[in-house]
Amino acid sequence: MDIHEYQAKALLSDFGVPIPLGGLAYSPEQAQYRATEIGGDQWVVKAQVHTGGRGKAGGIRVCHSEHEVWSAADEMLGSRLVTQQTGSRGRGVYRLYIESVAEIDREIYLGFVLDRGTERVMLVASAAGGMEIEQIAEDDPDSLIRVVIEPAVGLQGFQAREVAFALGLDASIVTEAANTLRACYRSFRDLDATMVEINPLVVTADGRILALDAKMTFDDNALFKHQQISELRDKSQEDPREMRATDRGLSYVGLEGSIGCIINGAGLAMATMDMIKHSGGEPANFLDIGGGASPERVAKAFNLVLSDENVKGVLVNIFAGINRCDWVAQGVVKAMQDLNIQVPVVVRLSGTKVEEGRRILEESSIPLITADTLAEAAEKSVAAVSDEATV
Amino acid sequence: MSIVIDNKTPILVQGFTGRIGSFHSEEMIEYGTNIVGGVTPGRGGTTHQGLPVFDTVKAAVTATGAEASIVFVPPPFAADAIMEAADGGLRTCVCITDGIPAQDMMRVKRYMRRYKADKRMQLIGPNCAGVISPGKALLGIMPGHIYKEGEVGIIGRSGTLGYEAASQLKAEGIGVSTSVGIGGDPINGSSFKDHLAAFEKDSQTRVVVMIGEIGGPQEAAAAEFTRDHMTKPVVGYIAGLTAPKGRTMGHAGAIVSAAGESAKEKVDILRACGVTVVERPSEFGSTVGQVLAAVS
Repeated sequence: MDIHEYQAKALLSDFGVPIPLGGLAYSPEQAQYRATEIGGDQWVVKAQVHTGGRGKAGGIRVCHSEHEVWSAADEMLGSRLVTQQTGSRGRGVYRLYIESVAEIDREIYLGFVLDRGTERVMLVASAAGGMEIEQIAEDDPDSLIRVVIEPAVGLQGFQAREVAFALGLDASIVTEAANTLRACYRSFRDLDATMVEINPLVVTADGRILALDAKMTFDDNALFKHQQISELRDKSQEDPREMRATDRGLSYVGLEGSIGCIINGAGLAMATMDMIKHSGGEPANFLDIGGGASPERVAKAFNLVLSDENVKGVLVNIFAGINRCDWVAQGVVKAMQDLNIQVPVVVRLSGTKVEEGRRILEESSIPLITADTLAEAAEKSVAAVSDEATV
Repeated sequence: MSIVIDNKTPILVQGFTGRIGSFHSEEMIEYGTNIVGGVTPGRGGTTHQGLPVFDTVKAAVTATGAEASIVFVPPPFAADAIMEAADGGLRTCVCITDGIPAQDMMRVKRYMRRYKADKRMQLIGPNCAGVISPGKALLGIMPGHIYKEGEVGIIGRSGTLGYEAASQLKAEGIGVSTSVGIGGDPINGSSFKDHLAAFEKDSQTRVVVMIGEIGGPQEAAAAEFTRDHMTKPVVGYIAGLTAPKGRTMGHAGAIVSAAGESAKEKVDILRACGVTVVERPSEFGSTVGQVLAAVS
């Protein structure tokens, strides 16, 4: 789960990471009031959206008067921010974070990730801050400092100091920098994060350490431990289809193609999508309906898949392991009858009691296209979608 | 022979008396697996499905001589159950549970290092379908009837895609020595590489099929292991050609977040290391058939 910058900063601040003065605003008036509250003669107005690349897309504006803050807020609120990472739909801007502006001496990249190679938390830092990490890895890979953290004891003081010295920080702020690194690690560990990124972490002209931006991603599987984190979920930042899927306990990822997919099991779902691609089509979504393909789950899945306007046909591929094909077939028939589906539907069943399942599909009066193998299912669904297009 | 288990291995079920544990225990017993009892804290001294229930793994091991366990404990308590299994002196633990926090698994892996390598429990999973040695024993949740006994070893992340592959093999008349699910989580117990090494030593296995997916470094590590240490042919497939970068595709671990983790990159690595690549997921049966014919 992703959270907003201002939420990440509040969490990190609780662990001892220094952050600039700032406040949240839902309206231009609030934004202006925040600027007055913060004081000074320069502020930055930042769109709170779940994406990177905000700066280039106009989601971060530096303002030199309170009136300018008001106008920037007025323009940004209610707009959709399209960045390199959001796709063409962009993300709605409904919250702004108003922050004081610091005079920057140096920018540092700081990130903590769950490294799958070492199966440990890894600290990644670079003196080339401000750029995206992918960019740093490409342009200046030698600048990357990596420290693998031993989970039993955590990030040690000497490790944090080594990083601070390797970044070339002045001896006068090494302790403060090291404390900041250790605070970030503690937040990662205690809150079950999968990613904490401060980019940039800056050294100000007057020699202080400040987290200018902050991004945190949390392990969905660990949210049961952290109610205060679950509450930070902002549904306005999610794809509405994916949000509905999550709320129904289904695993769904929206894509751009025209063939809706209803499949049990994540691996089989990915493989079926690959098969559609090999057959010349494009999948509209990833959808794993889980092990027990009950009639209710099948119906929910149809509803979800068909809520995507791009879907011109549906491919159902169920491998009945523990449950039975005849039962799944009844579910498919019932869902089709209840939902009055207008697009062609290809159904491929495999596994336990497959003959009985196929017979139920054939004997129903529903105009289904059946397939026996994975290849046949993909080919028939691609053909069905292109027939639709020519009608 | 087979790897991991056979029909004599005495097995405990952790989370034995729960709904899911009960259901799958029955299936495993019916398949011929030597289940000797179960563990449910607080239910010690009772019996379930005619078998003894214990409060702790240690008590169960002392009373039954169990060597392996299968975990059906819910996600918040599963990491604890795995560590208890490791501490109880079991040789193998299969964890079926889906949804264990990644940092819990990180701590499990760290905890297991307290035992010397030769005493260390082998963990399979979590978030996997388990292990089946067709005709011998089932330590998992897969439907036994789709597997024919034979000479092909299968290692895969996904349950249902593994079933798809096994049933394609069966349709071609090809059997399986052992099928191992390593699971779809970002941090798991044993890897492709660990099981490739076991299949290389197994006299029954002549060809190994590796079913990987996007995300993580384990497929690439297995490809390099194949190039350097495998004399038996390895056939590989990577799911997720159409998966967009940075999105989790169902399995917590199926996410492309670094270079080398996409399906295309992994396929290139497999090929460069001499693994025969299954081009399309409909071609498991035919590809393995050709490779088997070549070694005959």
